[in-house]
Amino acid sequence: MVLRKRSMSVAAVVAVSALGLAACGQSSSGGGGGDAIELTITQNAIAGGKNAAAADHIANWVIPKFVEAQKAKGKDVSVKFVPSGVDDEQYKTKLSLDLKSGKGADVIDIDGIWAGEFAEAGYIKPLADVVGPEAESWEGWQQIPEAVQGLATFEDKKYALPVGTDGRVLYFNKTLFGKAGLPADWQPKSWQEILDAGAKLKSSGVPVPIQINAGTAMGEATSMQGVLPLLAGAGGEVQQDGKWSGASQPMKDALGLYQKIYGGGLGDPKLQQEAKGRDKSFQQFAEGKIGILMEGDYFWRGVVNPKDGVAKMADRDQVVGYAKIPAIEAGKGVRGQDFVSMSGGALRTVNPGSKHPKEAFELLAFTLSPEALKEETKDGNVRITPRTDVNKEILAGEPLLTYISDEVLPLTAYRPPVAVYPQVSVALQEATAAVVGGTAPDQAAAEYAKKLEGIVGGAGNVAS
Amino acid sequence: MTRFVAGRIGFYTLIAVLLAFFTIPLLWLATAPFTSDPTYEVRVPDFTFENFQMIIDHPYALWSLVNSLVLSIGTALLVVVLSALAAYALSRVRLPGRDALLYALLLLSSIITGTAAMVPLFQLAIELNLIDSHTGLILILSGGLLPAAIFMIKDFMDSTPKSYEESARVFGASPLQIVAHVVVPLVRPGLATIAVWTVANVWGNFLMPYLLLSDVEKQPAAVIMYTLYTEGGQANLKVLSTFGLLYSIPVVLMYLFVSKKYGFRFHGGIKR
Amino acid sequence: MAQVTSPPDPVKVVDDTTTARRRYSSDAAGLGRLRAGAFVAPALALIAVFLVFPALWVIYLGLMNYRLTGLAAADPQFVGLDNFLQAITDPNFWDSTWLTFQFVLGSAVIGQVVLGFTIAWMLRDWRGPLKRIVEGLVILAWILPSAVVSFLWVALLDRDSGTLNALLGIEGFAWLLDHPMLSIIIFNTWRGTAFSMMLYGAALGNVPPSHLESARLAGASGWQQLRDVVFPHIRGHILTNLLLISLWTFNDFSPFLLTAGGPDGKSEVLAVHVYKTALQSGDLGYGAAISTVILLINLVVAVFYLRLLRSKK
Repeated sequence: MVLRKRSMSVAAVVAVSALGLAACGQSSSGGGGGDAIELTITQNAIAGGKNAAAADHIANWVIPKFVEAQKAKGKDVSVKFVPSGVDDEQYKTKLSLDLKSGKGADVIDIDGIWAGEFAEAGYIKPLADVVGPEAESWEGWQQIPEAVQGLATFEDKKYALPVGTDGRVLYFNKTLFGKAGLPADWQPKSWQEILDAGAKLKSSGVPVPIQINAGTAMGEATSMQGVLPLLAGAGGEVQQDGKWSGASQPMKDALGLYQKIYGGGLGDPKLQQEAKGRDKSFQQFAEGKIGILMEGDYFWRGVVNPKDGVAKMADRDQVVGYAKIPAIEAGKGVRGQDFVSMSGGALRTVNPGSKHPKEAFELLAFTLSPEALKEETKDGNVRITPRTDVNKEILAGEPLLTYISDEVLPLTAYRPPVAVYPQVSVALQEATAAVVGGTAPDQAAAEYAKKLEGIVGGAGNVAS
Repeated sequence: MTRFVAGRIGFYTLIAVLLAFFTIPLLWLATAPFTSDPTYEVRVPDFTFENFQMIIDHPYALWSLVNSLVLSIGTALLVVVLSALAAYALSRVRLPGRDALLYALLLLSSIITGTAAMVPLFQLAIELNLIDSHTGLILILSGGLLPAAIFMIKDFMDSTPKSYEESARVFGASPLQIVAHVVVPLVRPGLATIAVWTVANVWGNFLMPYLLLSDVEKQPAAVIMYTLYTEGGQANLKVLSTFGLLYSIPVVLMYLFVSKKYGFRFHGGIKR
Repeated sequence: MAQVTSPPDPVKVVDDTTTARRRYSSDAAGLGRLRAGAFVAPALALIAVFLVFPALWVIYLGLMNYRLTGLAAADPQFVGLDNFLQAITDPNFWDSTWLTFQFVLGSAVIGQVVLGFTIAWMLRDWRGPLKRIVEGLVILAWILPSAVVSFLWVALLDRDSGTLNALLGIEGFAWLLDHPMLSIIIFNTWRGTAFSMMLYGAALGNVPPSHLESARLAGASGWQQLRDVVFPHIRGHILTNLLLISLWTFNDFSPFLLTAGGPDGKSEVLAVHVYKTALQSGDLGYGAAISTVILLINLVVAVFYLRLLRSKK
């Protein structure tokens, strides 16, 4: 043992000295200057793979147009797109490592929910500090609703520009509804009405009457399309006035609905555990095996889209219905609402380590200019952009997105943009997993509250 | 006689079961790429080549295979040469603390191949200016594989006869010549095994190339394989199965080539 | 201790003439210590910089509250053994350790060693295409990239349209959910048997046929032949084999690609636990601490094997 220790320390000395030598030889990357400005922009998107349309838009439209516009102003700018196409956690890890070392692209995309932790780590800085006053006076801000601006705001400072937003609704299969004697323009007004519809679907032979995401395997989908909208529907919020809600009544109610669905045979508990459970829920909905499914607008755009969805439904427009998510009872939702939803969205910002922050911001603003957004969302790539002026035009032919933009976004809620949220989210997912696995809602809520104390730094930060 | 027959029947049944066990999981890879709408089910394909056309049109897929070749062959060469030299010396000369050192390094290599090492390795690469370079990645990957390689090759070296070396020495060959012309031919199948082992290891590695190479044109196939999922995380089975097949073929060919040319087994040199 | 960590006798009994060869000095090429050092130096230098140094750094990180993002990323604090205390008081960690133990014992020590040895033993006197086909298929499972093979097994075990359920006629049977550990153990046996098979194949080639012949003439049963003739000859190979495959299986991350550690952590072996902690939750300090604990467990396992296989000498 002594021997091993000694040889290890010798090796360590060798390693350290080798490192020192090599580090001396490396100082070439500092100098900049010259007239040509080189910018890079990165997203978790890649041609031929994940988010290919977004990658193609940047590479084939944004970059040439931007370079051209700069040339017209007499500036020689070249832009390179750095694609990526991996799990969000892996993208986040790489981005964090890059930013920590002062590297990374000049313009970067992040998930809105990372803003807090990135800001606290110093990986991103307020735009006004990085870019200057022009970031605050950007023309687009007037077009972006307050709530969406909130996505990019941390401790009252704007750290990024929002790239878009989304909303969650209840989708349902009108064909199955017809067979079960339910209306095609279904709009439940309480949770009981959802359960009643589920019971009718079940007796008419639908294999999976209701699918509300649960468990840890679906990750953030369980939080956004599951426990968080339910919590809001029961009048709760995951964090309220700086305190985290523990085993509160709304939490118990939300978990109680899970129990009624999965304990009562109205949902498929196994689907919640499968590593590819969410994919399967998409597939099953498309095959007409699921009656009611809580999902975001991505489901409509990217999953059952008859043109290029992953689980295409040729008759989507006729068969798929959608309804707002009701509160537990009318008027009992968060802020006294009858209906609720949850929203998120991506952000785009300037790397604080950028050598050309002004030009990087120009590029960033250009990607969110009306003309760029219109170009990006044409040919069936429609999504809800952050700008109301653009949305008015592009959403016209899109009934669901118009519905979400007009009816859902005014009553939606956002996740708390703080660094510990991702850990809280995992604890929430674990609570739903426990209930689906047979634990009583009260007990699961108590266990959640206990975990929460560990995550947010003691019982003092948890309200019951 | 009946006992012999029963034994034979048992033997062939066992062989059949083994063949089935090792073949059945592979069937999907053989059928799905040629099917126009593959699912998880193994079906008789309709022999379309449309999926291959998608891969050929893919902007990074084919290049990523070239990158994988560069990375894996580079690492294999480095690992084989360095581990052969080291293993020979460690086998023939008792250096102080040799065994303890070898075991300690073997154990430490388990840390380096784990996820937790990503931050130190990333920052090390930054400090040494090895980020975004194939050379840097080859060095880092070699570091993690060398201890096990030395460990395995030393086993070969230990069991080769020493008499040839002595005769070569009598004829005035230098130690390096002896290694190159006497020892290496004796342990060649072993070196080939280590080379294939290294290639297979590098070929499948995703996290390190992803973190250390930012330029997508330098990324190996393991990283590109991961990009073939959608925004919501669904696998596109058409592209995934087809690319999976193309991604597998080079390692298989390499194995066939190496095993044909050099033999492919442990301790081949000591056969009588 | 020092004695225990030295490896088995390097000079294996190769054949009947080995005893004669033992008379030669082992440094047959006249290397000498200095030149031996020069031969070892390049490998050692590379290992020092790219393995030892970062590995020590990981151990150091285990003493910090370092995180990938948030305040703890900007200003990590030294927390001493807090991470280790957190690990040993966390039931999830012990669950993972227990699952890892099952995984190593089931898939490596029992699965790969037994199956690998069985195949090598069955095919030992064989030549020709059948042997090459069996060996080739086993090796194929070993060299294909894990991203591909894991996907193949996901397809194989799928509960609705998987090949296995179709063959067995039990559609809807959820292998990965109801038997996650069994699934990853069988998967890893399939994946890794080749190494043991090749090693034992070579080792059996070293067992002098004359010894087996005389044992057979003396009326020894198959099992007795294995125990009294074969086993003493391949003891060293068994040690190398067990040591390497246990170490590799301990650190094998590919179960994640099959089950993602689920359902509800029921297949979250330590390597997956570290991945989830370090990469998905960004808790790098704690992840590093668990890695260090894994290292210590591996050390204990290695010493255990060395004791076990040297004791009968």
